[in-house]
This record gives sequence, structure tokens and C-alpha cells, in this order.
Amino acid sequence: MNIDYSLLTIEMLTAGLALGLLVLSLVVPGDQRKGFGYLTAAGLAIIFAISFAFNGVNKEIIGGMYLIDDFGNFFKQLALVAGVLVALASIPYVEKLESYRGEYYSLLVFATLGMVVMVGAGDLISLYLGLELMTITFFVLTAFKRGDSKSAEAGIKYVLLGAMSSAILLYGLSMLYGVAKTTVISELVSTIQAGQISPALILGLMFLVGGFGFKISAVPFHMWSPDVYEGAPTPVTSYLAVGSKAAAFAAFVRIFMGGMPQIQEIWIALFAGLSALSMIIGNLIAIPQTNIKRMLAFSGVAQAGYILTGMVAGTNAGIKGLAFYLMIYVFATIGAFTVAIGFSNATGSDEIKDMAGLSQRNPLMAAVMLVCLLSMAGIPPLAGFAGKLFLFSAIVAQGKLWLALVGLIMSMVSVYYYLSVAKSMYMGEAADPSPIEIPGSLKLVLIVSMVVTIFLGIYPAPLTGLAEAAASVFALK
Amino acid sequence: MSDAVFTVAFYVFSAVTVLAALGVVLKKNLVHSALLLILAFVGVAGIYVLLQADFIAAVQILVYAGAVAILVAFGVMLTKRGDIRESNLANRQKWPALFVVAGVFAVIYALLGQTNWGPLAAAGPEDSVGILATLMLTDFVVPFETAAILLTVAMLGAIVIAKEVKNSK
Repeated sequence: MNIDYSLLTIEMLTAGLALGLLVLSLVVPGDQRKGFGYLTAAGLAIIFAISFAFNGVNKEIIGGMYLIDDFGNFFKQLALVAGVLVALASIPYVEKLESYRGEYYSLLVFATLGMVVMVGAGDLISLYLGLELMTITFFVLTAFKRGDSKSAEAGIKYVLLGAMSSAILLYGLSMLYGVAKTTVISELVSTIQAGQISPALILGLMFLVGGFGFKISAVPFHMWSPDVYEGAPTPVTSYLAVGSKAAAFAAFVRIFMGGMPQIQEIWIALFAGLSALSMIIGNLIAIPQTNIKRMLAFSGVAQAGYILTGMVAGTNAGIKGLAFYLMIYVFATIGAFTVAIGFSNATGSDEIKDMAGLSQRNPLMAAVMLVCLLSMAGIPPLAGFAGKLFLFSAIVAQGKLWLALVGLIMSMVSVYYYLSVAKSMYMGEAADPSPIEIPGSLKLVLIVSMVVTIFLGIYPAPLTGLAEAAASVFALK
Repeated sequence: MSDAVFTVAFYVFSAVTVLAALGVVLKKNLVHSALLLILAFVGVAGIYVLLQADFIAAVQILVYAGAVAILVAFGVMLTKRGDIRESNLANRQKWPALFVVAGVFAVIYALLGQTNWGPLAAAGPEDSVGILATLMLTDFVVPFETAAILLTVAMLGAIVIAKEVKNSK
């Protein structure tokens, strides 16, 4: 059997980078390990640039076991660009670590590799292994603040709940295999017939939705996220928030839109319920939060609800909205978390009330936080508005006006708690008015996030084109 | 093998597995739980043998009954403080837990029982190990390599998390 290994360039380069960093961290003496963060970011940026050579390449390897297509490539680019930003944002945090600096970046790249494999997987086994590679790496990264009890608690919680969700997911996958007698996703289309849906398949689908729902932190599988987000090192939190979520959404699209469009009416009902619950509960619980990381965790739950509407639409327009929204969510979320990194690096606090008067202490940080939060709320002309427009118009086109209305109302609710942070930053009186200095790598991440969020709001066409190409892989309405 | 022997063997292995698993949860001594866990693994291995999955059965005994169980025993030995007889206590949620578990079991049993799983495949291959080895390095090469990387990451992670924090510097 001949396999065209050049199609796996991205995967192999990412694995090579991770292993190279691991070896390098063993070879280089401890006191000289300064440039690892920049090296990681540069490496991932080069792979990101190479990935554009795969735009428009639509091939499958080994009879559909692994897919190189525009959809997978879109999400690989998402994982890589998020990896670059997180690597840069990690630099001040890693400098404070006593040991394992090189290992931290190596694990970060391994997590990226897990996402890359997951979004390219064409069969259930590759998909599950990619998922586990990503998740197990995140277990380690979550507990990376050694000697910190909150980080350890977050790590343990994430391991236990993550293992349980994996078990449920695997049980669901085994039922799917039992019914369909194949693990290749593209073959599910012919082996699962719309007319004869067995009870085991329904149970399997529910378990699948539960297992992946845990990763995207949709209600009612969200209870882990606030504690883990709060306890984990903040750069890891930001990667967990965007990367893990995006990869799990990609898996949803692959399995449900790619493998089971013929039984749409069953899973659309499930997703509609999850979506509405996530939007309502996520936004309402975000209101009383006082810690910025917990607030962003609950806002992330609500964002998962908005993005799920793309699944509810069940059309190519829905996938396009979902892909577009996830990409801009990367920049908005990493921007907001990077402000939190810079702030806690300088002051040691994650509390929203301590951010009072931030606009005088560091105008750039306050401006980025404002832009990112308003983008998440969906205020024009920022990118989040375009994203919500695509998502909600896709479900309205399918006659699900009620869900779009829930989304609109809850977006208005979200403006309240996003703006209360802004009010604190701009109107509040700082207890300690001394200016906050942030390192250059953080400044770079902040400026990139802000510029992209504003630019894609005003002129979304470049990203729309990519998202449309990604969605066109699926032959839906 | 005649059908009667097959059926008897199935129920024996199932009973061993279920009773041993119950013991894991109900025994108060963590060492007893660990030993019963090995028994449960062996029972599952027996069921694999009945399904003609000889390789999986061997792996089940080697990896689970062997390595994982020893790992658990070491974990108990290295972390235990105080009285070993009271080391695996249940919390107060026993009855609610039983209620929830029974409900979940009833739902799964009802749904799986109603399913028509279709005709079974013909008898398994003679040489399952050889076929598995070929498949792992051809059709399943991507997941196989991913699993290799996954193990590397797990080992790295175990070292990072478990190695003691140095107080020097």
C-alpha cells in the first residue's frame, strides 16, 4: 500500500517541532533556556505559513482513514495560530518557573498536534487518539503550577471528569461501531439508513454528544470549566478555551454533518436544546462572577451555545458560520486572557474589582480588553457581530427563529457583564495608580488580537472565503 | 465447543466480573479492592476469549491484570497513611448513587436490548495477531503513531507532575 506522506506534512512538522523542543530542553543548560518561547512561536508560525499550501487540496489517505481537506486545514490553521499566540503569551509565565521550561513549550506543541490530528481524522479511532493526545497534554499543563494548590486541584478535577467524559464518549463510539460496523466516518453515510434507526444508535449519539459536549463546555457538561479555568496557568487556560473547544466542534461537524446528515432531525433536536441551555445558563451565571477567569469561563459556555447554533442549522451556511465564529473567538479570547496574564503578572490578582482604573495604568490593556469583550458580545463593527450574523441568519433560514431570538436576547444580557468590566476599567478609581508595564511578547499578542478583531469586523471577506471553502467540503444544502 | 459449555462459561465469567467489580466498590480495605479489581479484569479477559478475541484477551491479562494492578498496589503502598482496614470508605451518597446507577442501567439495558444488531460476522481469523500487526502499520498507521506520541507525552507529564518540587534556588 502506498501512502503519499507529503500530505501529512503539517502533522509531521508539528510532531518534529514538539520532539525537537523536548530534546533541546535536555541538551541546553538550565540557565541558558531563554529563547524557547520565541522558538516555539516561530516554529508554529512557519508551519502555519506552510499550511496555506494545502488550501484547496482535498484528498483522503488510506480509504478515508485520514482526510486532507479545506475543512481540516481551516481548523489546523486555527490551532496553529492559537498556538503561536499562546506561546508568546506564555513567555512571562514560563520565565517565573523554576524548572521544566522547555518541557512546557514541548507540551504546548503536543497539544497543538493533538488538535491537528483530531480535525484531520477521517475515522473514529484516529479522532479519539487525537482527542486523547490533546486532553492528556492539557491535564499536565493544567497542573503545571507546581506547589500551587489551586492548580493541583484544577488538574485533579480535570483528570477525573475528563476521564469520565472520555469513557462516555468511547462507549458511544463503540455503539456507533456496533450499529454501523465501520469506524470510517464517510462510510457511516451508507451504513446508517434514515428509515431504520435503532435504539442503540440513539443512545450512542447521546453519549457522543455528552462526551464532546464536555470538551466544548456546553451546559449541562460545563461544571468543570470554571474551576479548571481558574486554577490552570492563564496561558494554558486561554489555549484550553479556544483550542479544545474548536477541535471538539470540528469533530462534531465531521461526525454529524459528514457521517450522519441522513438522520439530521434526531441530532438537530439534541443540539438545539444544548445550544439554548448553554446560552441562557452561561450568560446568567457569568453576571455575578468577580474573578475575570471565571467570568470568561462562563462567557465561554455561552459562546459554545452561540456556536452550537451552526450545528442546529445543519447546512453549509451553518458550518461556515461555525468556522468563522470559532476563528474570531480565538483572537477575542486570547486577547482577553492575555490582558489577564499581564495584569496578574504585574499585580498578582485576577479579580475584576482590582482592574479598576486600568485605562490610566495601561491604556493598551484596557483597550484590548474592551475590544475583545465587545466582540464577544457581538457589537458592530467588531468581528463578533459578523460571526453572530452568519450563525443566526443560518438558523433563521432553517425556520428556527426561536433559537435566534434566544441568542439575541442573551447577547444583550451578556453586554451587561462585559460592560461592567469596561466600566470598572474606564470609570473606576485605581487603588494604586502606578502604571503597569508588560513585556514585549504580551504587547505583540495584544496588538495582533485587537487589530484582527477590528479588521475582520470591518472587512470579513478574507476569512469568509476560507470558512466558505471549509464548509464546501460537506455536501449539504 | 458445544453451545451449552459456551453458555455456562459465559455466565461464570460474567458472574465473576460483576461480583468482583461490586467488591471493588464495597470492600473497606483498599488492598482487597485492588485484588478484586484484578479478578474483575481476568473475568473480562475470559469473555474476550469466548468472543475469539485471543490477542485482546492476552493484552487484557498482561496489561490490566498484570501492570495496572501492580501500579494500583504500589500506589496504595506509597500513599497510604494510617489504618489500612479503613482505607476505602464510601461517602453518604450510597443510596442516591444506587438509585441513579440503577436508572442508567435500566435505560441502557432497555435500549440495547431492543436493538437488532444484525448478523454476526463469520468466525474470527485464525491468526489475529499477524493481521493486527499488518493493519497497525498500514491502514491504522496514523492512529498507531499518534498513540506512540501519546505515550511519550504521558511519560513526560508524569515526570513533570510527580517529581518533587526543589526548594533550592
